[in-house]
Amino acid sequence: MSQQQWPLFEIFIRSKSGLSHRHVGSLHAADAAMAIDHARDLYTRRGEGISIWAVESKSIVASDPAESASLFEPAADKIYRHPTFYDVPEGVDNL
Amino acid sequence: MYTQGLDQRSDTAPTGDDAERLAAFRQRIDAEEKIEPKDWMPVEYRRTLIRQISQHAHSEIVGMLPEGNWITRAPTLKRKAILIAKVQDEAGHGLYLYGAAETLGVSRDELVEQLLNGRAKYSSIFNYPTLTWADIGAIGWLVDGAAIMNQLPLCRCSYGPYARAMVRICKEESFHQRQGFEIMLTLCRGSPEQKRMAQGALDRWWWPALMMFGPNDTDSKHTAQSMAWKIKRFTNDELRQKFVDVTVPQADFLGIKVPDPDLRWNAESGHYVFGSIDWNEFHEVLKGNGPCNRERLQARRSAHENGAWVREAAAAYAEKHPARRAAA
Ligand SMILES: [Fe+2]
Ligand SMILES: [Fe+2]
Repeated sequence: MSQQQWPLFEIFIRSKSGLSHRHVGSLHAADAAMAIDHARDLYTRRGEGISIWAVESKSIVASDPAESASLFEPAADKIYRHPTFYDVPEGVDNL
Repeated sequence: MYTQGLDQRSDTAPTGDDAERLAAFRQRIDAEEKIEPKDWMPVEYRRTLIRQISQHAHSEIVGMLPEGNWITRAPTLKRKAILIAKVQDEAGHGLYLYGAAETLGVSRDELVEQLLNGRAKYSSIFNYPTLTWADIGAIGWLVDGAAIMNQLPLCRCSYGPYARAMVRICKEESFHQRQGFEIMLTLCRGSPEQKRMAQGALDRWWWPALMMFGPNDTDSKHTAQSMAWKIKRFTNDELRQKFVDVTVPQADFLGIKVPDPDLRWNAESGHYVFGSIDWNEFHEVLKGNGPCNRERLQARRSAHENGAWVREAAAAYAEKHPARRAAA
């Protein structure tokens, strides 16, 4: 039974205005419009969303977890980027 | 449980993964870190997950059939609407789970093919018939109840996509169980005949529900490995005991009797003691010899075949109109 698989889409839902779209899972659909319809039925049956993004999975570019140590290493030693790095003397307010 | 078939197969030799990566993997698991799709993982971990998640997905899909049997015969419009919503949820559960399995590098088509050609397992419980409306109550109360017992710990499973799918599923399950209990309660508060129907359903579903948790720990080959990998958090017997402990008082409340002459409360241990399960029946059903195995697979096959033209037409349309967009 050979068949052509419908492409895979990643689905992102905005749960309410003011929040960003968040990845909720994936689904198969013949095209983008169908992906939105399916996502409505699959991921918002209980009012979980007010907006849907569907992105074909193959369009997503991801970083390589095997390289995450070196990729994110530059952030590790810059503790001065955090406000807690600085001493604020007693008696100085609103800083 | 929904993945009983896991306990049936004996597995192949360990993999040739190098020790260093394996040690790092073990460390992450022990530290309760989640494993994500692109992370390195042992071959056997991946294989176990694919099998477990796909069996679980198949169970959700086949599980729609016994209940679907009563949609057109639900006693009221309200019950009918609820049952449709519940069955639709189960379809959704199947899809979340196929999606989680696909992150491991297997395609949904492959998995569906395994179900349709009879190579894949699904939960034994769905091979029993739904003879009366009370069976719909008993399924929600007992079968979804047992599913919840099993699925709650899976929300903490070490594999991220599976754990996230389970969180979603668990949120939806408690409505399933409550609607089932409400059906039972309505019957038990109704005429003597209705109460007899409820008792009959409990008689039919009690033991198959206990079997859902899978073989006793002493006979379960994969439990130790799955627990070490934090795919599984409790053993079959632990979950079964929890289920009995919470469900017996609910039956008492309904005023119907659990069909087990050996059932008794042990005040010392704080648990119910219950009779032994007919494992012969369990293995027969898993092997394909339950009351409805053939009917269930046949129903899935014809649904798949009869839907082929729809899938083909949609694919052809998508190819013809590549620029078609959803209304903005
Ligand atoms: Fe479900
Ligand atoms: Fe359910």
